[in-house]
Amino acid sequence: MTDQAYPPNLVTDAVPGVRKRHGKEIRFRLLGLSAILASLGFLVFFVASIVITGYGAFVKTVVLVDVDLSQEALGLEAGYTSTDLEDVSYRTVVRGAIRGMFADVSGRSARRELTGLLGAGAEFELKDIVLKNPELVGSQQSFWMTASDDFDLFNKGGAKEETATQLTPQQKDWYRGLLRDGRVKTAFNADFLTASDSRDPELAGVWGAIKGSFFALGICLLLSFTVGVLAAIYLEEFAPKNRWTSFLEVNINNLAAVPSITYGLLGLAIFLGIFGLPRSASLVGGMVLALMTLPTIIISSRVALQAVPPSIREAALGIGASHIQAVFHHVVPLALPGMLTGTIIGMARALGETAPLLMIGMVAFIADAPSSVLDPASALPVQVYLWADSPERAFAEKTAGAILVLLAFLVLMNLAAVILRKRFEKRW
Amino acid sequence: MVIPMTKEMQFSATSGLEPSPSEAHPKIHASCVHVSYSGRPAIRDVDLDIRANSVTALIGPSGCGKTTFLRCLNRMNDIIDGCEVRGNIQLDGEDIYAAGVDTVVLRRRVGMVFQKPNPFPKSIYENVAYGPRIHGLAGKGKDLDATVQSSLERAGLWDEVKDRLDAPATGLSGGQQQRLCIARAIAIEPDVILMDEPCSALDPIATARIEELIDELKQNFTIIIVTHSMQQAARVSQYTAFFHMGELVEEGETKVIFTNPKDPRTEAYVTGRIG
Repeated sequence: MTDQAYPPNLVTDAVPGVRKRHGKEIRFRLLGLSAILASLGFLVFFVASIVITGYGAFVKTVVLVDVDLSQEALGLEAGYTSTDLEDVSYRTVVRGAIRGMFADVSGRSARRELTGLLGAGAEFELKDIVLKNPELVGSQQSFWMTASDDFDLFNKGGAKEETATQLTPQQKDWYRGLLRDGRVKTAFNADFLTASDSRDPELAGVWGAIKGSFFALGICLLLSFTVGVLAAIYLEEFAPKNRWTSFLEVNINNLAAVPSITYGLLGLAIFLGIFGLPRSASLVGGMVLALMTLPTIIISSRVALQAVPPSIREAALGIGASHIQAVFHHVVPLALPGMLTGTIIGMARALGETAPLLMIGMVAFIADAPSSVLDPASALPVQVYLWADSPERAFAEKTAGAILVLLAFLVLMNLAAVILRKRFEKRW
Repeated sequence: MVIPMTKEMQFSATSGLEPSPSEAHPKIHASCVHVSYSGRPAIRDVDLDIRANSVTALIGPSGCGKTTFLRCLNRMNDIIDGCEVRGNIQLDGEDIYAAGVDTVVLRRRVGMVFQKPNPFPKSIYENVAYGPRIHGLAGKGKDLDATVQSSLERAGLWDEVKDRLDAPATGLSGGQQQRLCIARAIAIEPDVILMDEPCSALDPIATARIEELIDELKQNFTIIIVTHSMQQAARVSQYTAFFHMGELVEEGETKVIFTNPKDPRTEAYVTGRIG
């Protein structure tokens, strides 16, 4: 048609500059791909390092100990009752048992080293067994008992000389002897999930922290979901659009960006200072987290409401539904998946939050799981913070283990968000 | 421009229609209606009477204000921020903008069908049952079932959906959805049905179906339809009002508007020279 000087074909070089344009696209794709690979790499590195360190928290070393449960060894007289069984000094029994296995050991310090093989909880383990099975009294038994944290680390570290310098050469020899006899093995550490915090790493668990987090999140959900969703519905559907509401909107957006520790200070000043609520309680923790989560929930709920097509509102109003009927019968059900997603994302953020909890005293050492929201409690991220600060080396793997538990809960919550969204999602 | 009663009589007389009592007392009487959006006028000084049990078509080019006028009639403009309506609109002699008028009660009597089919994302049954339920027009169970059935029958949809009333309404075709919206509107037994370009999203076959339906519905309802299609206005309506640039240019019997318009702008529009 025209007399232009293009070569008569359709290959790339037929038009000048096209090759350069394609080159740009290829470079951009490569950049994007490498960005994704880099972030994936970081994620894999992060998770893998935590799993490798934290795996140890879920297993423990146990030692097979021969225990003499004869009446004489327990110090029981004939006609003993169950109260007498409780009063037995199991510490002595356990010490006697382990010394009995190494009859050649003598001297105070050597004997102390010997008893240091077993964890501080060994006597309670034995007590539990005997109280549950009183018929064992009078017999010789062998039990798998929890080893001490240094012994545990030495075993899980592959019994290398350079690990667990806390153990004396003598203790290492005993370990090798026990290993040869098949008296050492690793077992699943249920205590880590069912026990609460302890000064002894082999006894410490996350149950108290899980319960504290659960209480705090429950309070947080109750407060922030109801208040947040109602605020969002009012602002989006009922409030007049004027200078005041836009001022409010700007401030809600600002609140979402406020550092979380500020909410902790606010909680300290108001909930503890003015209202006199108990320190370290998960109730206050939940209230502080609710303050922090509110802006997120309000913003995501408003976005979800805005996404409902206006035709649905008009349809409802057009057949004479009142404003509130149109909103609650038609608009809110359609916006609910978005609201729930925003809420769960807010909750997940609250679950991982440490700073505001430090301010209201949820950072104390608490050895009992809380039984109500008013009891002093810890929370999972705070537990991680506490253990990371502990001098005992065995707490390193506990820290990583607690992080794994926290991550597991986060994954579960995000999964719940996806499932809820899929279930409630309706197309229009 | 006010069209005096005598002129209307003349239209009727020239076309051979008998003046009925409903023409003497229009269903809807609008006078001096001004509407502005945030101070920007959309329609000016509109005077229009709507006769009962007839189809009135509002025609005109895009942006001429016909939809704005339609939405004044059941106060749907109330939900638009910055929209101001002045003038007098009466339904059966009652000012619908008077203090104390409840839009819920008004819209119960003046139903609406929208441009795009907008069924609720619920079941077919729920879509029709919603109106009677919130207005307490039918009890539960059999009573409500009967209302739903008769509404769907009058909307000509019953035979197509009677076996799947619990299916989601959004799964219907566009034409079926629009008939469902009509069924939803007539389920609450309004006096007037406003239709805002009800066929603009539909194919010619679905359009023909809706037009047939409109023709049947005018026995019981007063219908006002906004349409872009002059053929549609000519086919379904008895009366036509032509809007241009926010003004009501001419109104009267459809036959007269299309064959013997008084205003040169109307003539230009209906013959296809503008618009």
